[in-house]
Amino acid sequence: MTPLARLLEAALFASARPIPSETLGQLDPESTPAGVDAALEEIRERYDNEGHGVELVAVSDGWQILTRPEYTEAIERAQLAARPQRLSGAALETLAIVAYRQPIGRLEIEDIRGVGAGAILKSLQERGLVDVTGRGEGMGRPLLYGTTPLFLEHFALRHLGELPRADELAVALRPALPQALPQALPQALPQALRQPLSRAS
Amino acid sequence: MTAVQIRSEPALLHKHTGDDSGEHVGFIVELPEFSGPLDLLLSLIRDEQVDIYDIPIARIAEQFLARIHGMRIDDAAEYLEMAARLLRIKAQMLLPRPEGMEAWEDPRAELVRRLLEYQQVREVVDVLERLGDDRRNRFARSYVQVQDEAVDRDDRPFAATLADLFAAVDRVLRQATRPIIHDVIPRALDVDGAMRSIRAVMALRARARWSDIVSRDAEPWQILSVLLALLELAKSGELRIAQPKPFASMELSCDTAS
Repeated sequence: MTPLARLLEAALFASARPIPSETLGQLDPESTPAGVDAALEEIRERYDNEGHGVELVAVSDGWQILTRPEYTEAIERAQLAARPQRLSGAALETLAIVAYRQPIGRLEIEDIRGVGAGAILKSLQERGLVDVTGRGEGMGRPLLYGTTPLFLEHFALRHLGELPRADELAVALRPALPQALPQALPQALPQALRQPLSRAS
Repeated sequence: MTAVQIRSEPALLHKHTGDDSGEHVGFIVELPEFSGPLDLLLSLIRDEQVDIYDIPIARIAEQFLARIHGMRIDDAAEYLEMAARLLRIKAQMLLPRPEGMEAWEDPRAELVRRLLEYQQVREVVDVLERLGDDRRNRFARSYVQVQDEAVDRDDRPFAATLADLFAAVDRVLRQATRPIIHDVIPRALDVDGAMRSIRAVMALRARARWSDIVSRDAEPWQILSVLLALLELAKSGELRIAQPKPFASMELSCDTAS
């Protein structure tokens, strides 16, 4: 392994959170962004090709060493580590809506889900998965919510663009979509996600 | 008006469901079967295999009501609101449509829009669920708190009332024995005085014995004073101390005389 790859491996091992590429670059003042990328690729290939129990994963604009899924049960059985609790269906629904429509107010979320969302938003906020990103214009200037970097980490996403685009959803429903209901699909998807809609219709 | 009626329903509903499961009465923790009325509605549409764009409202509304009566629901108000909405749509569908009127708006349109929107949310939930499970099955370096928690439990702050504290102090004091107090009166030795009297004796005679310089009725402090004075004088060479044989009386002699 190159000296830079070894340095980055040590830093990634020491850190509990994903490390952004820029931070990794600062570890060696003489490194270049391309050099860091190459070193990361070297580590990743080595872990994959030599059959290591860990792998290098790109998460939320950073890199992180994670154990491989096949060892999870053994590790958990030995009580060396515990998996975090699964999110409830209601929490996932709320997260999905916030992820696609942020910034979004509570009332809008409740309108889409058809049930109250106050308690769920609060617990998601406590878990650091969503946060208040601003205030809306409407009556009472409602709080607007958005996803956090921890949200990306929780689902091992690099950015929101990795979530399926609107035209990749509802495949079963789409063919029967009549012309009378063009508003049936969410109009307020983030810009990047909204683009394909025009192609679809 | 309608809102008041809807809000009054949940109690009725709970009573109803309570009758169904008399043996379960008590503390029931149960994940709700559906995450909301839209979820229930979608599942009905799937089960009944009806076209989402042409929902037979009468049938679905009937099914919907039947299902919520058989369920334990915390947020019954929201399900009942949906039930009311379905019944309103059903009523609107029954109204005669004026012949030749082009701009007839399907009363179901809004509901269909919401269902499709919700369907998309469910699809994203499936994706998130899969991604979340993937991530949950990998440990990062941070998940090593198991032992920390055990330490924390021992480190919990000590809690006691003021009365507890007083009782403890009392217990400790009762175990301790009462101290015996001695009064010690210091009595200084008079080494200088003894030296002076020895010098006076030696000035008169060249030799002297222990008995010559210590009176018979001398107190211990006087004897000690004489002893220290003798040692002091011997050290400075003013007189010599000799003892011819063990336990014999000491003989003092003065060098200056010779």
